[in-house]
Amino acid sequence: MTQQIYLTDFETFASNGGGVGPSWVPRLRRAAIARFAELGFPTPRNEDWHFTSVAPIAEAEFHPLEAASGEVRAADLAPFVFGRVDWPTIVFVNGRHAPNLSTMATLPSGIRVMDLAQAWREAPDLLERHLSKIATFDDQSFTALNTAFMYDGAVVHIAKDVQADAPIHLLHVVDPIAARAVMHPRHLIVVGRHASARVIESYVSLGDARYFSNAVTEVALGEGAHLAHYKIQRESRRAFHVGTIQVHQPRDSKYASFSFATGAALSRTNIYTILDGDGAEVSLNGLYMVDGEQHVDHQTRIEHAQPNCASHEVYKGILDGASHGVFNGKVFVRPIAQKTDGKQENNNLLLSDKARIDTKPQLEIFADDVKCTHGATVGKLDTMSLFYMKSRGLPHEVARRLLIYAFAADVIERLEVPEVRDALEELTLRRFSLVEGEPGAKGQGPGGGSGAEE
Amino acid sequence: MLEIKNLHASVDGNEILRGIDLTVNAGEVHAVMGPNGSGKSTLAQVLAGHPAYDVTAGEVRYEGRDLLAMEPEERAQAGVFLAFQYPVEIPGVSNAYFLRSAYNELRKARGEEEVDPLDFLQVMEERLKLVDMDDSMLSRSVNTGFSGGEKKRNEILQMAVLQPKLAILDETDSGLDIDALRIVAHGVNQLRRPDNATVVVTHYQRLLNYIVPDRVHVLAGGRIVKSGGKELAVELEARGYDWVTEPQPA
Repeated sequence: MTQQIYLTDFETFASNGGGVGPSWVPRLRRAAIARFAELGFPTPRNEDWHFTSVAPIAEAEFHPLEAASGEVRAADLAPFVFGRVDWPTIVFVNGRHAPNLSTMATLPSGIRVMDLAQAWREAPDLLERHLSKIATFDDQSFTALNTAFMYDGAVVHIAKDVQADAPIHLLHVVDPIAARAVMHPRHLIVVGRHASARVIESYVSLGDARYFSNAVTEVALGEGAHLAHYKIQRESRRAFHVGTIQVHQPRDSKYASFSFATGAALSRTNIYTILDGDGAEVSLNGLYMVDGEQHVDHQTRIEHAQPNCASHEVYKGILDGASHGVFNGKVFVRPIAQKTDGKQENNNLLLSDKARIDTKPQLEIFADDVKCTHGATVGKLDTMSLFYMKSRGLPHEVARRLLIYAFAADVIERLEVPEVRDALEELTLRRFSLVEGEPGAKGQGPGGGSGAEE
Repeated sequence: MLEIKNLHASVDGNEILRGIDLTVNAGEVHAVMGPNGSGKSTLAQVLAGHPAYDVTAGEVRYEGRDLLAMEPEERAQAGVFLAFQYPVEIPGVSNAYFLRSAYNELRKARGEEEVDPLDFLQVMEERLKLVDMDDSMLSRSVNTGFSGGEKKRNEILQMAVLQPKLAILDETDSGLDIDALRIVAHGVNQLRRPDNATVVVTHYQRLLNYIVPDRVHVLAGGRIVKSGGKELAVELEARGYDWVTEPQPA
């Protein structure tokens, strides 16, 4: 029973100081580990985990790292920073802030990016107001575990009315030294009233160690605040990743999320938001691409708790080999939430007969004056399209790659940061290449046409 | 240039082509006509290498090479072009990117250097005029949301860009109004050269008023049942297909 390992490790962690922080924090950790002890790891009997067995995580033995580690150099980060070393970037190596790799020297006023230890010292009220208030752990084993063990992460604060121009990058890098380690990154993003920001949260790996990332990100938006929030999951192919993003949206706030998932042996991304004020809007988009024996699971939950809110969701999946994808999208519309506008879509492309997708869009509507639609599709590469492209002289591999890209293109085009859009376009073009080292489109987007082509 | 001997082909076990013999020389325009279900489109698709058709007998030589042994992309790289009866929509891939990729693949196959987007744009400007299209369609996804006429013109635009040696037009006239038909025909005529050849597959004689054929063949029941000069097309238009196809119940 590996649950016991976590309980034992917690006692060690707590007796060594258990991370720093104000006096309410140890009590929170105690409550969280106690809840984890009660809940245990989720089983497939739990409806939310019906298609994803976490047995590979529960049965493996992972321990927290006791000190900063890793041999990551700035040059190693080049593939992951979208060519923009000038963006404020807070780098975590094996779960801990690496100030020497981070670039936060010149943050404009009104924008703060701190690591957790600094935030305990310098912004304890902010943490007390939000931490564990948005991502609660009553029915969430992994969030309970994260809350008990959280050690480091980023606290991003955008003051009211401030427009943060440059995207802020929270970059998690794991190197082989973290083999058999568990990390619990904990982020808090607070965007003040009528402020706006773009935050990228990346999980990447150097090497192919087996480790477990268990991340939680809480997002508190002010009235009229805008946040574009991109999660890029490129963990090691042998790693496990569970990440929960939980958002609170008051009146007139806008939250635009994109989840890109292509790494890990097993990954689960939860994105939960509550539209808790008139006129709030959310878009949840995503793209997952897996092959081999990979398992990728997205669960989203949009709760329409007030009238006149809009939610739009498009997730696309491309699955090859014997991989397994899961999409579970829930939209709840409370009785008071009249004039809700909700659209949800999940489209999947299976490249192999052994690949499998379980998709479950769910609408639960308790208001009577709403406009809600949802749908899911599963398809294969169209042989006519392949033939058409080949009949114009494109080799099979090029035609295939272009069609795979084309399937994903409209969701990638929804990304509003061009550098991220180009990078994901490139990753998509290369992901299922049959030829090693085949070059991609070199920034000449196959879909774009407009810009560079004219 | 093209030599078809005793070609048999089937789809899902049904034999559609039952012994086609046809020779096309450089500089010639051949029309293949026939009623619905005669096998016209199958012949066009087989020549382009459509994977759904099985060739069960016969041979096709193109410039002395065994065409049937070549992949569709090799055929294209060797100068064979099929204008599709139903051009395929490819959302997410811009026309410009698609055309440039195809153009460059053909150049690579000939051992020539690839052209960059700016140089390619110059190539496009002049070819677009040929089919009376403006460059706004370059940024649109391939055939996506195009009208029937736009799709057919886009096929001829591709042909104009790729400059095939052997162009096969499969019912390019179907669904076109007379203005679009003239534009398409003008494009095809402008591309005619002494060293290339065109096979026009059509149900109606109408297109042949604008693209004048050297030879006309009538296909029925998977065989060529009659061949003649351009006057044969006129006679078919006046008399229908029955008088040539009667011995061949469809």
